[in-house]
Amino acid sequence: MSEYFDAIVVGAGPAGNAAAYTLAKGGLSVLQIERGETPGSKNVQGAILYSDALERIIPDFREDAPLERPILEQRLWVLDDASYIGSTYRSEEFKKGPPNRYTIIRAEFDRWFSSKVQEAGALVICETTVTQLLRDPAGKVVGVRTDRTDGDIHADVVVLADGVNSLLAQRAGFHGELQPKDVALAVKEVLFLSPQVIEDRFNVGEDEGVVIEMMGKITQGMIGTGFLYTNRESLTIGVGCMVSSFKEGGIPPYQLLEDMKNHPAIRPLLRDSEAKEYAAHLIPEGGYKSVPQLYGDGWVMVGDAAGLVNAVHREGSNLAMTSGRLAAETIIELKSESCPMDARYLTEYKRRLDGSFVMADLKKYKDVPDTLHARPQLFTTYPELMSRAAMHMLHVDGTDKKSKQRQIFREFREQRGLLGAASDAYKMWRALR
Amino acid sequence: MTTTQVKIEEKLFQNRYRVDEGRPHVSLRKAEVCRDECTDKVCTHCCPAGCYTLDADGGVTLTTDGCLECGTCRIICSDHQNVEWWYPRGGYGILFKFG
Repeated sequence: MSEYFDAIVVGAGPAGNAAAYTLAKGGLSVLQIERGETPGSKNVQGAILYSDALERIIPDFREDAPLERPILEQRLWVLDDASYIGSTYRSEEFKKGPPNRYTIIRAEFDRWFSSKVQEAGALVICETTVTQLLRDPAGKVVGVRTDRTDGDIHADVVVLADGVNSLLAQRAGFHGELQPKDVALAVKEVLFLSPQVIEDRFNVGEDEGVVIEMMGKITQGMIGTGFLYTNRESLTIGVGCMVSSFKEGGIPPYQLLEDMKNHPAIRPLLRDSEAKEYAAHLIPEGGYKSVPQLYGDGWVMVGDAAGLVNAVHREGSNLAMTSGRLAAETIIELKSESCPMDARYLTEYKRRLDGSFVMADLKKYKDVPDTLHARPQLFTTYPELMSRAAMHMLHVDGTDKKSKQRQIFREFREQRGLLGAASDAYKMWRALR
Repeated sequence: MTTTQVKIEEKLFQNRYRVDEGRPHVSLRKAEVCRDECTDKVCTHCCPAGCYTLDADGGVTLTTDGCLECGTCRIICSDHQNVEWWYPRGGYGILFKFG
């Protein structure tokens, strides 16, 4: 292939598709390269789709996008070995107007998104792995090399949307290797059940879904969270922990998942379901402090490759789509003004990203990763203390309530000390405020 | 937390793969580094597909057929950097049905 393109997009996930779609709609000649058999066949997510980020790209996406269930109810569970203590928010308000969040199945969703990219005029080639970035003598990125014969392709700019492992940028020296403390490993399974059973078990109607986010002893002392999402005719259950935790913890990820599925509060929700896929994926959770350089001469970086994940709110694909769109809009404007795709002009992409919710949210939570790494007790001691406190108050045994309160207070003091508990609360407040 | 018996092979059996016979996309750079220099061999319990197994002589055997292409092994081997990791050739490897 000896053609020349205005832009090459590496990867067909949410960031790459958002970029390729926007660039093609803007009239640029676009080549998108995907290593999977089809777009989506290498991609893994929980998965929740946040409508807003996609609406800004494809306003009428609801007409034909493969969506599972709009979210009606959000549950948060803190679990110890035998219990969970939780909060639930459910509102009929969610049903007013077009839904804000849906569960999706990424393989199907990404294939749909890619069909829109192709309709917009981009050339999408699958089953092709980009092996390196082509540079000119001055170091400017001028194209990509693929694993096809005669696989060099040139373009004015390369959009790196190659996902969390981001090896192209690493090999080009744009950033270093991911550190175990900056990345989480999540494993998940898709479990099939009839829609009727899902609706009865989760107390929802035909076109309504539930999200359960979990933390506590399900991660067996490691820093991480679990989740359970309702799809139309399946459940997605998963658990993710920092790679540094897995490295120290010695518990295989699939063991962690299986133990979680057998938790007495979770097992009944999964009963008689049929597992049809087991997946694993890394999530860049280092946050604001670990975001690398996002642009250079002839290249920009978007989505997971750029570490754009808000781990506190479990948001990633919306940051990915937004960064892809902002990068593409910047490129379109530079092109229309005949500016070269150099770092001094592409810095406009970073400026726009800084001005958006993407960097604002990452900045707000910049201290959360360090705070959690320093406080593993948040994942073990506190869930147990909370469970015991609830049990003390709910178990009616002739002891007066004031004595029960004193007992609860004593247990907190023994486990963490007054200063320890106050410090945990203060540091978490500081990190999350 | 009660520990449940789990066989990773049964989980991987659900998945779709197109294995690139004879061309593994992940390899160990020097077998002797795993056997002689690495003491904790965390790859043998961190890999979500159980691709790394401990040998009787203390070495590590890597079988990539069930690889989920997550990248964990490369990142946890930060002390020895003994994992050579690249994507499979286009179209090969794990083919997620749901993802």
